[in-house]
Amino acid sequence: MTNAAAFSGGYVANLGPSEEGFLMPAVDDQGGFFWEGTLAGELRIQVCNSCGKLRHPPRPMCPSCRSTARGWKRVDGKGTIWSFVVPHPPLLEPYSSLAPYNVIVVALDEHPTIRFVGNLVSGPEGALNEIDPNSIHIGEPVEVVFKRFRRADGSEEALPFWVRA
Amino acid sequence: MSPAVGFQDATAIAGIAQTAFAKHLEPSEAELACTVIVDACADAGIDPSEVDALCSYTMEATEEVDIVRNIGCGEVTFFSQIGYGGGAGCGVVGHAALAVASGQAEVAVAWRSRKRGSGPRPWTSTSVQLRVPGAWTRPFGMLRPVDEIAMLTRRYMHEYGATRDHLANVAMAVRKHANMNPAAIMHDKPMSREDYMASRWVSEPLCLFDNCLETDGALACVIVSAERARDLRHPPVYVHAFAQGLPPEHQTMVNFFNDDPLTGPAWACARRLWANAAFGPEDVNVAQIYDAFSPLILLSLEGYGFCKRGEAGGMTENGNLQWGTGSLPVNTSGGGLSEAYVHGFNLINEGVRQMRGTSTAQVEGAETCLVTSGEGVPTSALLLRR
Repeated sequence: MTNAAAFSGGYVANLGPSEEGFLMPAVDDQGGFFWEGTLAGELRIQVCNSCGKLRHPPRPMCPSCRSTARGWKRVDGKGTIWSFVVPHPPLLEPYSSLAPYNVIVVALDEHPTIRFVGNLVSGPEGALNEIDPNSIHIGEPVEVVFKRFRRADGSEEALPFWVRA
Repeated sequence: MSPAVGFQDATAIAGIAQTAFAKHLEPSEAELACTVIVDACADAGIDPSEVDALCSYTMEATEEVDIVRNIGCGEVTFFSQIGYGGGAGCGVVGHAALAVASGQAEVAVAWRSRKRGSGPRPWTSTSVQLRVPGAWTRPFGMLRPVDEIAMLTRRYMHEYGATRDHLANVAMAVRKHANMNPAAIMHDKPMSREDYMASRWVSEPLCLFDNCLETDGALACVIVSAERARDLRHPPVYVHAFAQGLPPEHQTMVNFFNDDPLTGPAWACARRLWANAAFGPEDVNVAQIYDAFSPLILLSLEGYGFCKRGEAGGMTENGNLQWGTGSLPVNTSGGGLSEAYVHGFNLINEGVRQMRGTSTAQVEGAETCLVTSGEGVPTSALLLRR
């Protein structure tokens, strides 16, 4: 079972953390397309079907033209590191055991004011702490990869992570 | 933008009180709240039975009904709560003042009681972490407010060349003021630049001393009409102006999802605040600026117009934020970083003391004080004058 199946009826509560204990996204009837996309290996941005403006995070109404007609658009997943932090304990497990690790904000090259929080890794199976934080710089080009997580009940999520382009 | 009608100097803060500040206080949050409200009424010289307006934070655990049943209010005719945690404080006082200025009530109390020192850290609740807004940040290990503000800080440093020395300037200025204040948790603990630089990381680029304290404590103030305040025990501290601010496309604490993340709620709040005021930033003698994290002071100095964008780092140099040497002493009781962290309410009471002339770091001749609530969340601010 994927969260896509669970999502199709509308709002669902969060299904719980991954088997390793990582926090998984709560999916609602606004963001479902995004997490269906990550499972399909696509980075999707909500788009207003009336005026065409992109918006993220997803929401019911376009703040530019007030239309509730909405869809999504696939983007190429190329971006630039806008900022980053290196958290140290106290933190929740399993993040605490991985600290210090990096958290980055990525601005999409195609749409520089659309930004994502994520982690810089060496590949889709990479850990949050595998890149030396001292080597990370604002302005570095990155591209999206998708890391899959499984819950104890067998449901899956995929999170967008980022690798150096 | 036209000023708010009938508000300027129409009300005054007539009474203030606070409990001890400590890592652990024995009484419950409710008991601390009731005690401090009664003490603030006594400071004003007003019987608690006269209180007819109650204003607090949505995060306040003690509800109005419990305040009323404990302190023995009569009929309360105005009550309101404001959301967004540390953004609420000045808004709480502002709503109380609006109630009095408009005639909805005559004696308003604003308060905050919190056992953050001995209670749980909010971010450790996974049921909170897993709500939908957290989906865009929490799974990636951005778990705490400090991680969220550190992200803005790194970007700020990158864009403007601000350094850790600038953050240290902020933390050391505020600590110096705590060293002058016997009620401050850090009263007996001086901090050098070396101490700051040697402290452990919490979320790079922020270290331990960029973070506020974790405190048990409660504070309250009493707001009445300016006319009544003139007949009470203390000289009136006028609520000159008040504003709240929630800018376009804002997302609480994670202000990364809009066109210009480094101009946060303070900028929106400031435009309304100065429109409501008869004076400007150049006329402010002392400021109490919300400091859950040291970089919030830099962002707020710019937002409220004390310097141009990108210049706040430079404004911290040469002791410029310190009592005795600075053009704008900030957080003269030690703020959230070094006096107590009670969601910024201690900044409000210190603003009142500065206007009464009773601060432990009294700015000589101070006639105006800016008090702000949290930058990075929907916020609020007050201009006080004597």
